[in-house]
Amino acid sequence: MTKNLNLSKVKTKPVETIVKFFITMSAFAAILISVAIVFTLLTEAINFFRDPAVTFKEYFTATRWTPTFKNPVYGVLPLVSSTLYIALIACIISFPLGLFSAIYLSEFASRRTRKIIKPIMEILAGVPTVVFGYFALNWITPNIVQRFIPGSGVFNAISAGIAVGIMIIPTVASISDDALNAVPKSLRMGSLALGSTRRITALKIMLPAALSGIIASFILGFSRAIGETMIVTIAGGQYPELNLDPRKAMYTITSSIVNVSLGDTPHGTTAYNALFALGITLFIMTFILNIFSDYIARKYRKEYEQ
Amino acid sequence: METKITTKKELDYVFTVRDVSVSYGDFTAVKNVSMDMFKNNITAFIGPSGCGKSTLIRSFNRMNDLIPNAAVNGEINYQGINLYDKEVDPVQVRRRIGMVFQKPNPFPKSIRENITFGLKVNNMTDNLDDRVEKALTQAALWDEVKNDLDKNALDLSGGQQQRLCIARTIAVEPDTILMDEPCSALDPVATKKIEDLMQILVKDFSILIVTHNMQQASRVSNYCAFFTTKATDDGRRTGELVEYSDTKTMFTNPSESLTEEYISGRFG
Repeated sequence: MTKNLNLSKVKTKPVETIVKFFITMSAFAAILISVAIVFTLLTEAINFFRDPAVTFKEYFTATRWTPTFKNPVYGVLPLVSSTLYIALIACIISFPLGLFSAIYLSEFASRRTRKIIKPIMEILAGVPTVVFGYFALNWITPNIVQRFIPGSGVFNAISAGIAVGIMIIPTVASISDDALNAVPKSLRMGSLALGSTRRITALKIMLPAALSGIIASFILGFSRAIGETMIVTIAGGQYPELNLDPRKAMYTITSSIVNVSLGDTPHGTTAYNALFALGITLFIMTFILNIFSDYIARKYRKEYEQ
Repeated sequence: METKITTKKELDYVFTVRDVSVSYGDFTAVKNVSMDMFKNNITAFIGPSGCGKSTLIRSFNRMNDLIPNAAVNGEINYQGINLYDKEVDPVQVRRRIGMVFQKPNPFPKSIRENITFGLKVNNMTDNLDDRVEKALTQAALWDEVKNDLDKNALDLSGGQQQRLCIARTIAVEPDTILMDEPCSALDPVATKKIEDLMQILVKDFSILIVTHNMQQASRVSNYCAFFTTKATDDGRRTGELVEYSDTKTMFTNPSESLTEEYISGRFG
């Protein structure tokens, strides 16, 4: 019969307990930090709206953002519209380029080409945004925007939008590429075995099958464009009024935060608290987008897990 | 090696294979295969894992082209045309020679779209609905899905999915269907349905099936090719054709002792 069979619990070693404690704490730290950030943003933002000098109505409807002027106006509209405007230009640049390069990489490129292009793309993703900012201001603006679009200012939304777009191409491309690679290879084989070409297989079978991931990459790219700070601060200008002309300077949420933070705005003043109102506005925008992208990715991915 | 078939008057071959070897880089998966396959018959490839039978069948519709480093040497003639001739377009080859895979791989689209995709690709867009019905009927699936044509194909059972894959393959009216272990992911009931279906399809198509189920080979095929692996000088294993004859002979009176050992279950 069985000898020495021992199924009783083994005493946990103290090392294991300590390791487990630290792992658990690190997991909670992330949550804790997020909660702390949201809490700070919220309390300061509430202070801002409590201020008698500010009204909700003004915040959401006024068309100027001039917190440091003598007669300050706190209208978030020009900032939100500038942010979305530049993000939109960035999307027009990055979505097609990112998606096409993903399709090329996953469906057409040979292994060797892929091995060369992927790291280059990752380098592009690693370029500091401040470099993109100066690139936009000192190269894209004079050489492209001002040359081909008359009436463009030194600071303009097009140039900033293009640079932000270039910056997010790797994001879009790499997530779309992952999505295309996640589609079972058997689908590609099935399509080709029916006598379809690589092009038809890529566009009619692989692309729709990877749609959830591709949409997720678009939303994530858009969300990065909204939160981008350095490029728009350097190349986008600080024009505090509602402006829909992309040849002129704009004023994004992020660059106005930078601008107010840089000046010596005293703690506790309305202008200071306004930063947090902007922060929470930006946070809510990107948060909604991220949740939306997560939802899309999840909703469509279900189709495969059978 | 040359394996001669001495039967009846069927001189009508779908494939004539001459001294074919398939390799991946410097690894030879299967070598020196010569055989002739008959039209409107079911030919089964059997043999242990790694004997190159799947590799070989994939070279019959140039699916091996999609695998980097894959190279086919020798001649595979399809109705008299060398499939590996420079002038031959693999896309056109695959339009004539359909393929059903090991794991059912319907597109994540509706049942109808699974059929119409291939039709559209092949410019067979007249009477789409009739063609869809015909293909599904031929694949013995019509009665089960006729009211759910717009349902997602992934909602079907595994057996139904595989019959849908057969339906979309025959919808484009190929001459030949290659089946790479088409029942290995299916339960016995679904397997039986596919096997019955093959008996009906063979009237209109030439069928090549790879299977590692000997009973299946003996049940469904008219001709049978037995492959095995042999160690090469560098210690790796290469597939070879051992015996090729009509199925009855192979299972009752095989001429090679290796075949007898395999079909009687002594190895493999």
